[in-house]
Formats: sequence, C-alpha cells, structure tokens
Amino acid sequence: MTELLSVEDLRTTYPTRRTFTDRLARRPREVVRAVDGVSLSVAKGEMLAIVGESGCGKTTTLQSILGMVPTAGGSVLINGTDVTRLSSRQMRPLRRHVQMIYQDPYESLDVRFKVRQTVEEPLLVHKIGASKAERAQLVRAAMVRAELTPPEAYLERFPHQLSGGQRQRVAIAASLVLEPELLLADEPVSMLDVSVRAGVLSLLDRLRRGGSMGIVMITHDLSTAAHFADRIAVMYLGRIVEQGPARDVIHRPQHPYTKALLSIVPRPDPRERSTGTILKGETPNPRNIPAGCRFHPRCPVAEDRCRSTDPTLAPPAHPVEGTDPEHLSACLLA
Amino acid sequence: MSLLEIRDLHVWFDLPGGRELHAVQGVDLTLEPGQRLGLVGESGSGKTTTALTIMGLLPSSASAAGRVAVRGEDLMPGGENGFRPHRWTDVAMVFQGAMNAFNPVRTVGWQIAEPMQAHGTASGAAARARVGELLELVGIPAAAAARFPHEFSGGMRQRAAIAMALACDPKVLLADEPTTALDVMVQAQILELLGHLCDELGLALLLVTHDLAVVAQTCEDVAVMYAGEIVERGPIDELYHSPAHPYTRALFAATPDLYGDEAVGSIPGAPPDLSSPVIGCAYRPRCPVAFEPCVEQRPDLLALSGTRVAACHLVHGSRAQA
Repeated sequence: MTELLSVEDLRTTYPTRRTFTDRLARRPREVVRAVDGVSLSVAKGEMLAIVGESGCGKTTTLQSILGMVPTAGGSVLINGTDVTRLSSRQMRPLRRHVQMIYQDPYESLDVRFKVRQTVEEPLLVHKIGASKAERAQLVRAAMVRAELTPPEAYLERFPHQLSGGQRQRVAIAASLVLEPELLLADEPVSMLDVSVRAGVLSLLDRLRRGGSMGIVMITHDLSTAAHFADRIAVMYLGRIVEQGPARDVIHRPQHPYTKALLSIVPRPDPRERSTGTILKGETPNPRNIPAGCRFHPRCPVAEDRCRSTDPTLAPPAHPVEGTDPEHLSACLLA
Repeated sequence: MSLLEIRDLHVWFDLPGGRELHAVQGVDLTLEPGQRLGLVGESGSGKTTTALTIMGLLPSSASAAGRVAVRGEDLMPGGENGFRPHRWTDVAMVFQGAMNAFNPVRTVGWQIAEPMQAHGTASGAAARARVGELLELVGIPAAAAARFPHEFSGGMRQRAAIAMALACDPKVLLADEPTTALDVMVQAQILELLGHLCDELGLALLLVTHDLAVVAQTCEDVAVMYAGEIVERGPIDELYHSPAHPYTRALFAATPDLYGDEAVGSIPGAPPDLSSPVIGCAYRPRCPVAFEPCVEQRPDLLALSGTRVAACHLVHGSRAQA
C-alpha cells in the first residue's frame, strides 16, 4: 500500500545574508540547515503531531511538503508522486489535494471577503464547479463539514463579525472545499481561546476519522498531541529525535529531550506540580549545529561518545518493556 | 489589613454612540505578602482591565469605581495623584508582550535604570549597580546590561522585562500572560523564576492567564473571571478537585491533561456582550445545569467555606436545602 504522504530524508536550507566584510573576505555564504534529514509518513485517516520548540524546523517541514520553499534534498511522496521534482505547472493539479491551515485565523482570512467568497475562492482558482449554483452547493457542503451550520447564518458575514473559533472553521471550510487528502495544520488552535480549542481539535479529529484524509498537525503543546494524535514526532534542530505511537511516546519516552519536554508540561492538577528537568537556554542556532548528537550541549545525561557520534533514528537498544516496535528515537543511550 | 485590597471594582469603557461597555462588574480581590493568585478567564472577561485598574493605567476612555487599596490606603479617590506614588514602588506590572516592547536603540541596562531615575530611587553608579543586581536576580549575567534587546533571546527579554518591573522594589507584581508567546521550555523557566521571586522577595503575585494549568503550576489560589465578574475563587487544589461553579468545571474540562484519558470538552456558545446589561446569571446561556432562578436573578458571590467563594444559584440553593 502506498502511503498518502511519505517524506524521506528531507533537507531544506536557507542561505544566510553575508555582511560586507564577509564579501570582501570572500567568505562562502553559510546555509542554515532548517530541516536536516527528516523522514515521516502519514496514512489516510491518521493524524501525526509534530512537536518541538520554535526554530526546530516544524513549520519549514510543512512548507517543504507543500512546495512553498525549495528543498535541498530528499523526497516528498504524495500518493507515490515525488513532488520535489515537479515544476510548479506540474504541481498545480496536485496542490488541491494538500491544504494548509495556519495558526492565526485573524491574519489568514482576507478581511474584505465575506465567508462565502473566502470559501468559494479556492474553487475559482482550481476551476472547479461549472456553474455558480454548483459552486454554491460545494461551499455549503464544505461549511457543513466544518460545522458552520446552518451555512446561511455565516455566508454573508465578514471575518470581523466572527469569533476566533468561527474564523478558524472558515479557514478549515476553505480547505475542505477542495476535498484535500492531506491537511497540514500549523498550530491550528494556539491563537484561540481555551474554551473553543477543543471544538476545533475535535473537528479535525472527526475529519480524519472519516477516513479520506490524513492530517499533519504542528503543536507546541504535548497535552494536545497526546489527546488527538495517533503518532507523535518530536523535532529538535531540524531532525526528528523521537517518533512513535502517541501513547507510547507520552508514557514511555526514550529520548532525553522528549523526557525533558514531558517533565515540564503544566498539569491542571496542582498535586501534579512538576519538578521537571528544565533545560537551560533555548534551542541553539541552526546555523551552528553541534557536532555529534545535536542535543548533547543541553542533554542532562550526555556522555563522551555523544560529542562525536551523530545518532540515527532507530528502535531502542534497551527498550522499556512493552515498547511499540514502531517507536524510534535518535539517542545513543536509548 | 491586606497588602492589596480590591473591593467592588467596576470599569466602564465609552463606546461610540454614547454606549458603555461594563468590562469589570464588581470584582473583589485581596493579596497578602508572598501570596500567588492566578486570575483566569476567556479573552474579554476583564482580567487585563482589572490589572490595569490596579496600576491606575486605564485609558482616558474608561472610568472606574470601587476601592483599590494598598496597605489600607485607597488610591481611587486621588485619581492619578493617588496612584503615582505607589506605581512601580508598591505595585508593578509585566505587561502582555512586554518582552517585545523594549526600545531597540537603547541598551537593556539603560532601560532598566530609567524607572529608578524617574522615581529618584537611584541614579548614576548606584543605578548601574542595581541594574546588575536585578539582572542577576532574574538569571541574566550582570554584564549583559550593556547589550541591546535584539541580542537577547525571547526568554531573556522576558526576564529583562521582569527585572524592569522589579526596579523600584515593588511588593506586588502583576504579570499579564507572561508566558503566552514563549516556548514550553522557556515558559517553564519563567514560571520557575516567578515562583522563586515570590519566595525570595516575599513578592505577592497576580498571574493573569487563560491557562489553568499554568496557574496550577505556579499559584496556590485562583480567581475565575467570567463576563467581568469573579465567579469562583479559592485554593487551586480545591477548585481542581471539587469545582463549585459550572464554568470552573467547564474550563478544567477544556484543559487537556498530558496523562489524562478524559475527553477534552469545549464550552459551547460565547460570553455575553457587555455593552448591554446582563440580566440574571451571565453564564446561564452556556450553562448545562441552569434552572429557573438563573434567568432573572444574578447570583451573588457567597462563601462556601472559609477560603472559597462562588457565584452560582445551584451551589447556594443545594446548600440551603442541605
């Protein structure tokens, strides 16, 4: 069976700006390795959550899958077709099958467009729907799927007349109208009020459980990932350092970075107040990826060999009892 | 006598067309030295407006009534003259997004020294020494005072913003969403720092946030705001394990727990429009257990025990029957 999305050893780099003196000294242009060998896959009906700190390459990974930024290596197979090798003309018909939802529905919607126009526009771009009536029918159907019901109550409204949760549902409806097979969601609820987050997440959950769609969701919130994703991939400095079934990653973390992230998640029960491993500093600069294991400078358990050997994502050598065979981590000590 | 006492605080904002938005509708709060109180609620519930009123920093389009007393002295009757002697020296605030509000062309040290000079608490070499002390206090090397904001990471800038608020040695710190834009690891660092500051300096903390888990992590007490009112207040442990108000229950149910198996629930509907008077209980249209009295009668905030209060007819009705 071909997977819906299969990413192999994806690399995306950004050139850095050279200063005047760099040019005079003819120093070569440095590159930032934003995504540095990422492999992941998603099947229809599945939700994968990518978690990690800012600057770890989560968003660049999604943008590379979508073809918004040129890749420097590796492959992105969507239904078996490598989209990194396609020209933008060849890419266009495929693009309707992959849709993206952004973090901030206050910014991602055009303030001058009524809901009807926002949801209809993708149809016009992709020349779908022969008549106005047919398009109106598709718009309504997409809005019902996004749980904006009845559609009539929302069609003629502008974004400023909607709440944050409703706006995000409009953005979701505008993706659903193209009937995508793959939905990429970049922090879809982090700008929303706590009271409506669960509603939007449950909507995404129902959409993928419908079976015709797979979802990759970026989130910085492990609690959200634990509740809604089938699998979790933890990214650090451009690499996936741990990946596996959500339950297994949460209950049997293997990588010290995942363990640290889990230990500091605030819990609503004050009796569970964490005395976690608070790592010093912030994610290092991807311009300067440390040699050996890229996590070793912040790792609480690093050994000498971690400074020289770059670990690959693999099943653990010393698995905790009951560990899922698909649970992988990139740590020499796991 | 409490360090900070808020009684029956009301705030109105002028709207175009002569209408008013009643943003804060009778809030009562007290803070004692070293106490950490979380103020939680949805956007628009009046959390930030309450904090700004305590600072005496409401915009000119707003009017306020009630009592804001520092060590028993009511600041409200004096207006700006009442607040100014206490602002920063008794009550200080870390504003939402403060970490992004540094002046890019001044060094961080200069900006932390500025309030000291304005208040005459220190100047010259004494101010520079104090800046160094403050930076060390929040976990930044003193030498970093000579650096510019863009040379700081987000977490360091938030620490510097906290250092700036502490410049005049306040007794109460109001922190408005201090970790919202930060990464999880940096959030943990900042929450640890705030707790540490309360322990070390005996600082009272009012933590304004939408995230109950952050309160559970940092504070002993919590006040839940809804539509400009406090609907429940008490020790966070008791509110988590036996919430009295249906809104408190719904907020906890909407907060995913890392190891919890319960489904995460959203709260249907939206808060009421505060530009028209609220009749009955403000939460009634969204409340799954509302009954007749909730339609017309506004529930009072009544004591459940020595430390807990809640504003719900159901709670007080069942207690009266029992």
